Amino acid sequence: MSKVRVATIWLDGCSGCHMSFLDMDERLVEIAEKIDVVYSPYVDTKEFPGDVDLTIVEGALSTDHDITMIKKIRKNSKKIMALGDCAITGNVSAMKNLSGSEAVLQRGYFELADENKLGRVPSEVVPKLLDTVHPLHEIVPIDFYVPGCPTPADAIYKAITDILEGKEPDTKELTRFGK
Amino acid sequence: MIREKARVKTFKINGTDVTGKSNQTILEVANDHEIKIPTLCYMKGLSCVGACRMCLVEIKGSHKLIPACTGKIKEGMEVETETESLKKHRKFILSMIFAERNHVCSVCVSNGHCELQDMSVELDMKHSSVPYIYPKFEVDASHERFVYDPNRCIVCTRCVRVCNEVEGAHALDIIDRGINSKIIHDMDEPWALSESCTSCGKCVQVCPTGTLTEKGVSSAEMVKKKSLIIDLLEARENRDRK
Repeated sequence: MSKVRVATIWLDGCSGCHMSFLDMDERLVEIAEKIDVVYSPYVDTKEFPGDVDLTIVEGALSTDHDITMIKKIRKNSKKIMALGDCAITGNVSAMKNLSGSEAVLQRGYFELADENKLGRVPSEVVPKLLDTVHPLHEIVPIDFYVPGCPTPADAIYKAITDILEGKEPDTKELTRFGK
Repeated sequence: MIREKARVKTFKINGTDVTGKSNQTILEVANDHEIKIPTLCYMKGLSCVGACRMCLVEIKGSHKLIPACTGKIKEGMEVETETESLKKHRKFILSMIFAERNHVCSVCVSNGHCELQDMSVELDMKHSSVPYIYPKFEVDASHERFVYDPNRCIVCTRCVRVCNEVEGAHALDIIDRGINSKIIHDMDEPWALSESCTSCGKCVQVCPTGTLTEKGVSSAEMVKKKSLIIDLLEARENRDRK
């Protein structure tokens, strides 16, 4: 039997959910026997591949690049799992929406910066911030939601094994918003 | 306390025969028979206002959904509390409650001790079905012992009711209507300047979320004494009886 092609991506989040993924410890070996990680911060693929069975997305959508990526992910993936509160609710990433991008950039690059040699906000290479941070499902349809901040390893394990068994992931007992 | 004369009424909840006194609500009778109906604004000991709409139920022969907490019982009525349509409505209403304010569970003082958060698990609401609005509210930390963060408020009005009905101060009330409604102190003044607030803290203890909290607590540290109101009311009743 061919392995299930799984991608993971870290958008506007703290990578805590990806850390939690690694916290599955020895269960990673068990999962690795069933899946191929075809794109992820854990591997060195540069381009998001086609024909992915499941993409696990951490983080909210905060930049024009995030929007491009999530649309590409939707096009190339059979199923998408929104992992963690940022992907599902916007969470801390979306707190920016209360003050706007300008206020956040001002605070980060001037008020709190010890050093800013450019003397301005960088505009090259870095993606452009959106006016409003969005949870994934506000931009593309999402198949599975696994909340948590970060989502506990037990819940990630349960969700992945449920999906591999063709079931709707049931993580109610293991995680919730803010867990 | 003067007890009203009440007749016993028999009716059905989810197909099971139940009995209640004529002055009871559907929710009270359901609770007496260990039938669980989800609630957020309801609190035993306080008046019922039907603010949160979590306890909506169906009554055979009526096309309207009614809140069980304010719905009076009638002889022979047939109540349904767990139909697929009700579950869908409750989830949608819960989505609207989440989307109306800024509920960031992970950094909230009430994380892990929040009735709104618990409700998302109970109703299996995994994401909001309406877009988040992100309204901006200033936090009122003027009081020396308490903090008021309207960003986390679900306008259940438990605080308003406990202040009026149990403490007797009526220092809290609601300003504006609908989605703009907001809890205020006196005539919308900073908490510290409220002349009618007695600083008793009952509002803090009954608040289901991290809206009204004690000062100095950090993320997930705010645990409320929910039994306070019932204990207080029972103590008063026992005193009056002596």
